[in-house]
Amino acid sequence: MNLMDSSHSNPMSLCSQADSQRTLYPYVTGTSVIGVKYKDGILMAADMGGSYGSTLRYKSVERMKPIGKHSLLGASGEISDFQEILHYLDELILYDNMWDDGNSLGPKEVHSYLTRVMYNRRNKFNPLWNSLVLGGVKNGQKYLGTVSMIGVHFEDNHVATGFGNHLARPILRDEWHEDLSFEDGVKLLEKCMRVLLYRDRSAVNKLQIAKITEEGVTISQPYSLKTFWGFSAFQNPTVGAEGSW
Amino acid sequence: MSKAVVDVPPKGGFSFDLCRRNEMLSKKGVQTPPFRKTGTTIVGLVFQDGVILGADTRATEGPIVCDKNCEKIHYMAPNIYCCGAGTAADTEAVTDMVSSQLQLHRYHTGRESRVVTALTLLKSHLFSYQGYVQAALVLGGVDCTGPHLHTIYPHGSTDTLPFATMGSGSLAAMAVFESKYHEGLTREEGINLVSEAICSGIFNDLGSGSNVDVCVITKGHKEYLRNHQLPNPRTYVSAKGYSFPKPIEVLLTKVTPLKEKVEVIEGGDAMEE
Repeated sequence: MNLMDSSHSNPMSLCSQADSQRTLYPYVTGTSVIGVKYKDGILMAADMGGSYGSTLRYKSVERMKPIGKHSLLGASGEISDFQEILHYLDELILYDNMWDDGNSLGPKEVHSYLTRVMYNRRNKFNPLWNSLVLGGVKNGQKYLGTVSMIGVHFEDNHVATGFGNHLARPILRDEWHEDLSFEDGVKLLEKCMRVLLYRDRSAVNKLQIAKITEEGVTISQPYSLKTFWGFSAFQNPTVGAEGSW
Repeated sequence: MSKAVVDVPPKGGFSFDLCRRNEMLSKKGVQTPPFRKTGTTIVGLVFQDGVILGADTRATEGPIVCDKNCEKIHYMAPNIYCCGAGTAADTEAVTDMVSSQLQLHRYHTGRESRVVTALTLLKSHLFSYQGYVQAALVLGGVDCTGPHLHTIYPHGSTDTLPFATMGSGSLAAMAVFESKYHEGLTREEGINLVSEAICSGIFNDLGSGSNVDVCVITKGHKEYLRNHQLPNPRTYVSAKGYSFPKPIEVLLTKVTPLKEKVEVIEGGDAMEE
């Protein structure tokens, strides 16, 4: 009786072999990426941590990569899916270069391609577990967009993924303005990354800032932010009530 | 005839008797009424002369805003105030209860209440209810030992902090605090920073909204600035006003004085102790 039930009850369930062929949950993940438009192009910041669950397993993961001549891609989420996306984009740029017609894919086109890839994978219940930030400059036009793992995509003056949505977006909404200088842009990104470092458990104090302008892409060397822990309430929290906590 | 089992009255804590009934009802499709939550932004910070507490004023019932201008900064003692986030009934009840306990304690000891007293009373109550009393509080005050600011979580754990945020808008407010707080703020800087943090919660979090309440507590003095900022005014108000189509006619006037049932005797005997 029991055997008959189990074979008839779930005719639509996938057998265990098929389950292992689609992404169920992420394993090695990167945390937030923040991007802003500034005077000459786009500035993007991401730290270099790759977490394996609750362990900080990899501390030198480059989560921002240049794409073609005009774009810069930053990703949070599953690192292996990010590498797969880079592989697809490599192929895309290669085929584009083979035309050798003087045209090259700009950030808008790459963003559109990524949107289609992410949405179609989601429709097959096998998503690429990433939130992507795509920025670039082509013919003087600055472009900054984002795609999530379910295909939600939009373009804006400042974007953030992951925890950056909650912690960085309020700061960016208040303090971003048109035509930021390079120094101001970096200061703004560092402000957001510092808050993320304090309040996101998967953040590491080793970050890179990437800049893309009409001339090309520059990704800085990794560096760390200064932090402050000297509040008097931290020194002696139980003053006035010895023995409490 | 004696019963084999004696009915013992419940000793305290939650009685889970109705859970089975609720489960049965929800299986039949009866939805539980949504709790009135204060999906909220509440903040506190320590400045050079004392503490400043801030809160937004939106109370939600699921997706609906049920109170556009509620008060989330509760009185505990003349020198101690407490902001509450979570289920509105729980925050109100628990702060009221501890406030009266503090008043009785003041009568008993003849001294000003201390912030750690309120802290211990709140945390032991919340811990004994194992998180079922969903009140997340920011408690601040100035007593004889100095200014204090604490956060209390629904399960009963507490933190002592220079600046604190709680509620659904806590991340947006914390982003403002982490980037702009430093020790030794003046009163004006403190109030501005608190207002900025609450506004950050109001505009970036859906569970918080409407106005900003601020409370400044210093040694021997407190100032409750209700609706200190109103950043969400009603923009489109009908200029015409309302007019009734027909004039209202008075058909009949009849005045019935209520008979007095109680006789007030002037200069009667005072109640005996």
